[in-house]
Amino acid sequence: MSGVFSPTRAKIKERTLRTDKWWLQPLITFSVLFSFVIYSTFRAFEGKNYFTEPLISPFYSPCLSEACVPGSTIGGFTPVSADILNFALSPALIILIFPLGFRMTCYYYRKAYYRAFWLSPPACAVAEPHEKYSGETKAPLILQNAHRWFFYAGLVFNVFLTYDAIISFRDEHGQWGHMSVGSLVLLVSSSLLWFYSLSCHTCRHTLGGRLKHFSKHPVRYKLWTWVSILNHKHQQFAWYSLAAVAFADIYVRQVATGAWHNIYFF
Amino acid sequence: MTLERHNYDVLVIGAGGAGLRAAVEAREAGLRVAIICKSLFGKAHTVMAEGGAAASMGNVNDKDNWMVHFRDTMRGGKFLNHYRMAELHAKEAPDRIWELEVWGALFDRTKEGKISQRNFGGHEYPRLAHVGDRTGLELIRTMQQRIVALQQQDGRDFGDMESHIKVFAELTITDILKENGKVSGAYGYWRETGAEVLFEAPAVIIATGGVGKTFKITSNSWEGTGDGHALALKAGANLVDMEFLQFHPTGMVWPPSVRGILVTESVRGEGGVLTNTNGERFMFNYIPEVFKKMYADNEEEADRWYTDQDNNRRPPELLPRDEVARAINSEVKAGRGTEHGGVFLDVSKRLSAEVIKKRLPSMWHQFYELAGVDITKEAMEVGPTCHYVMGGVEVEPDTAAAIGVPGLFAAGEVAGGMHGSNRLGGNSLTDLLVFGRRAGAGAAEYVKSSGKNPVSDSAIATAAAKIQAPFDREGGENSYSLHAELQEITHNLVGIIRTRTELEDAIVKIAEIRKRSANVAVSGGRKFNPGFHLAFDLDNMLLVAESTAKSAIKREESRGGHTRDDFPGMNNKWRQINHISSFDGTQVHVREQALPVLPKELFDLFDVHELEKYMTTEEIAKGGSN
Amino acid sequence: MARKLNLRIWRGDSDSGALQDVQVDVNEGEVVLDVIHRVQATQMGDLAVRWNCKAGKCGSCSMEINGKPRLACMTQVASYPEGETITVTPLRTFPVIKDLVTDVSFNYKKAMEIPAYAHPADLAPGEARMEQIDVERSQEFRKCIECFLCQNVCHVIRDHEENKKSFAGPRFFIRIAELDMHPLDILKNRKKTAQEEHGLGMCNITKCCTEVCPEHIRITDNAIIPMKERVVDVKYDPARWLGSKIRRREGI
Repeated sequence: MSGVFSPTRAKIKERTLRTDKWWLQPLITFSVLFSFVIYSTFRAFEGKNYFTEPLISPFYSPCLSEACVPGSTIGGFTPVSADILNFALSPALIILIFPLGFRMTCYYYRKAYYRAFWLSPPACAVAEPHEKYSGETKAPLILQNAHRWFFYAGLVFNVFLTYDAIISFRDEHGQWGHMSVGSLVLLVSSSLLWFYSLSCHTCRHTLGGRLKHFSKHPVRYKLWTWVSILNHKHQQFAWYSLAAVAFADIYVRQVATGAWHNIYFF
Repeated sequence: MTLERHNYDVLVIGAGGAGLRAAVEAREAGLRVAIICKSLFGKAHTVMAEGGAAASMGNVNDKDNWMVHFRDTMRGGKFLNHYRMAELHAKEAPDRIWELEVWGALFDRTKEGKISQRNFGGHEYPRLAHVGDRTGLELIRTMQQRIVALQQQDGRDFGDMESHIKVFAELTITDILKENGKVSGAYGYWRETGAEVLFEAPAVIIATGGVGKTFKITSNSWEGTGDGHALALKAGANLVDMEFLQFHPTGMVWPPSVRGILVTESVRGEGGVLTNTNGERFMFNYIPEVFKKMYADNEEEADRWYTDQDNNRRPPELLPRDEVARAINSEVKAGRGTEHGGVFLDVSKRLSAEVIKKRLPSMWHQFYELAGVDITKEAMEVGPTCHYVMGGVEVEPDTAAAIGVPGLFAAGEVAGGMHGSNRLGGNSLTDLLVFGRRAGAGAAEYVKSSGKNPVSDSAIATAAAKIQAPFDREGGENSYSLHAELQEITHNLVGIIRTRTELEDAIVKIAEIRKRSANVAVSGGRKFNPGFHLAFDLDNMLLVAESTAKSAIKREESRGGHTRDDFPGMNNKWRQINHISSFDGTQVHVREQALPVLPKELFDLFDVHELEKYMTTEEIAKGGSN
Repeated sequence: MARKLNLRIWRGDSDSGALQDVQVDVNEGEVVLDVIHRVQATQMGDLAVRWNCKAGKCGSCSMEINGKPRLACMTQVASYPEGETITVTPLRTFPVIKDLVTDVSFNYKKAMEIPAYAHPADLAPGEARMEQIDVERSQEFRKCIECFLCQNVCHVIRDHEENKKSFAGPRFFIRIAELDMHPLDILKNRKKTAQEEHGLGMCNITKCCTEVCPEHIRITDNAIIPMKERVVDVKYDPARWLGSKIRRREGI
């Protein structure tokens, strides 16, 4: 036997003597993340109901395929041939790897899913079920070190989604100066994505964390200080932005299918 | 079973600041060094030091220099310090701090990027190098990491990191061994297994710290049992001025989780009020004649002082430490104290919770976290707590060699003389470094000239028999209860305020416990057995208590950390006298010895009028030695 | 004032051991260590427990209380519901010696493996100049009291004995980070050795070390993750690697 049952350790038969509800947190994390995965997979393959003037689902933006529904592309920019999507695959699949990769390699989500999905460990001081453990030293987990590339890609996506939020301040006919519940939804979700990205550990490192002497780089030190404050709340931003993006997609879908009506304030 | 034996050039007993600094010095002189810690490496009481380390680097005020520091130290010690120790300390402290930086310490900085220095009581200029309120931790960690650095170097040079410095953690030394009148090594046991160990070493440096656990209420940890004091006495060395102990008037006495922890004076400064169990604010009854002009004699005026300090006299809670201590002591002895021997200190009635948390954040946090005591809502139970011992092994200042025992050295709190009758805050951390280094150098010098001094089999047999003895007794005394009895006696009779009759009483009672302690029996086996460990600590504490009581009864004056109710005030005659404790195998003897006279060049650093307060006219007329 | 507390204490040694129930008086405001001391003084004179300062500053009384790694001197009895049995056991990651005392020498061995601070040769004592903002990051890590609760809770070694040889643990990752961020340290390869020799890559940032730290050092966010990012700079980022070849950039 290994771990806490190794021969030299105190002979205690319980895997943990914790008396609190230590299983609750991983259970919640598992349920929420799992639901999101199921829903987003369904949506990624659905390939429709992602656009309704002037709203586009964040799952499908930027829409880069010739197969994209009219109006959903950025000025008709469609570098991806429709042939590639012949197997009834949706335009979402071209781009989803980037936001997905950003979240998969995120230092917060890693904690969340290592605990909730992989039970490594399920909670602090609760013995994990695995016989062997090598952490992030081998493939595939060594790829977690690519987080910064996904971070850069994530910034590009944030720009697109912010653009989507801005152009949602129009009516169904493309007239500017209007605002609907949908524009609010997109605005909130794109803003939270910015907070999520900017509070990221890689961002903190890049802006200033990697320096040895803050005093020689006053501006970067200031930026680092600000990002450090946001970084405290990275976990919250991770969840809020995830929820906001999911809701934005649900909202667009409901409006696109006609189930909901996008109410205009003005 | 064969005895575990080790052979080193230098054995350092104690792994606090002084011991580690000594070990580094001895190793750098090319010697092989063993370091003994009673607990784990890096847990020594040095970590508790909060304020800082005093060194006249002059980073904040460039008027500071060693002479100013020397003067402050002598004043603080009421001129009972060994002048040479105070001089060496003041001169060398800055180098000792700077060298820590070379080893990786990170002190708080000034705007110019130098080591920041803060003000502290008794120091004329901002002088304490610090890291927030955890300076002691920084010091011990830096020394610990310096040891590791040297070990890594040895690993590269000799292929074995522990070839020249080895740390023996959780090991207690029970005897210092001598052959032909000189130190030959030390004997002890592993706390973990109870197995015995012999160290052969021609030089032994004692750096074991303080004696606080001799008293009931103390800020010291369990390790402060005066081991080094007792080992030195038993080896034939002397202790100097053991009557001088630093007590703080307001330490927590209850609940036990915070017992002994200091309640800073600023709690009273911010409006904390002392009351007895009858609810009386008793300090008004204890204002001495000389202070009547400065301190309010009624509650209304005292309360007004907090908002208007120009037109009102100060509340009597802010009287000097010894007056506050005396008052608390009297109240408790008159039966108006709490069942735990304290009085109430309440800051919650005067200030709102927000203000308290803002002005006394660490006090609030500490008591709330450690004991669930919310000082914004309830009173604290406080009384005098034992904090530091000024007295200690009599040493030769330049080498830290213990007088009378060739091969024995002592540094840090266990050594006496440096602080005189009262230690200035911040001086102890630099004391550790300055004299730790000197002890290491002194020992190295000694070893190089004296050579080996093998331990005889008979010395081993005697030491081994002592360790086995408590296991062979049946139905004897319990070391826990004897310890508790001793603490009760010292606390009540040899504590912060002393009188002849009580001290006489104490001497008799300590002797009785000593007799009973010869019959301590231990239950359980040798393996990590705290009852067994305490049996040896108890023996040490009894010797310390006896030295303190016997020195205290002789000194018929009040000076620094020694307050006699029957002899209030300083007496210049007594300033010329050190009390030297020695041990004849059955009891401690205390004799008077002339204090070394201040040499002229140091004498001239002072204003004559200031010296008149401390010295007799004849001394002043002489103007120092030579 | 006093009430009875049901305490369950693990007693034993490396061969055998079991939880034993005792009833002990407890007063208001007491911490678990006080109660253990009372058991020791009144019922089990040879109960082994390590402690020193009893003020949360030395990090000696590390144990597991109701399964959670904690300092006994910082754990109030009142933080558990009245009537609840409190279970205390030794740390479960290190070999047990006796009762609540474990052999933590693993940590001291690891401490000896971390290359020491390297001071610039041309900077004499007293000449060092450092800005406060440049020392603050390392100062946070120097708050560490070496209670080794982070080492104990870390599943990398808690649950996998075989990883002990290749993994230094959170306490020493903050030591490495402290030195790598030290404004004057001149040793260049700390990032590389952190990954290749001290097992930084084994950490899967599940943050239990941060959760148990009694000094509230943000071990994961401020030390481990920044070190992982620094490792990426020198090992896994071709752009940075190229940049560092072309011109020596600050911070690498």
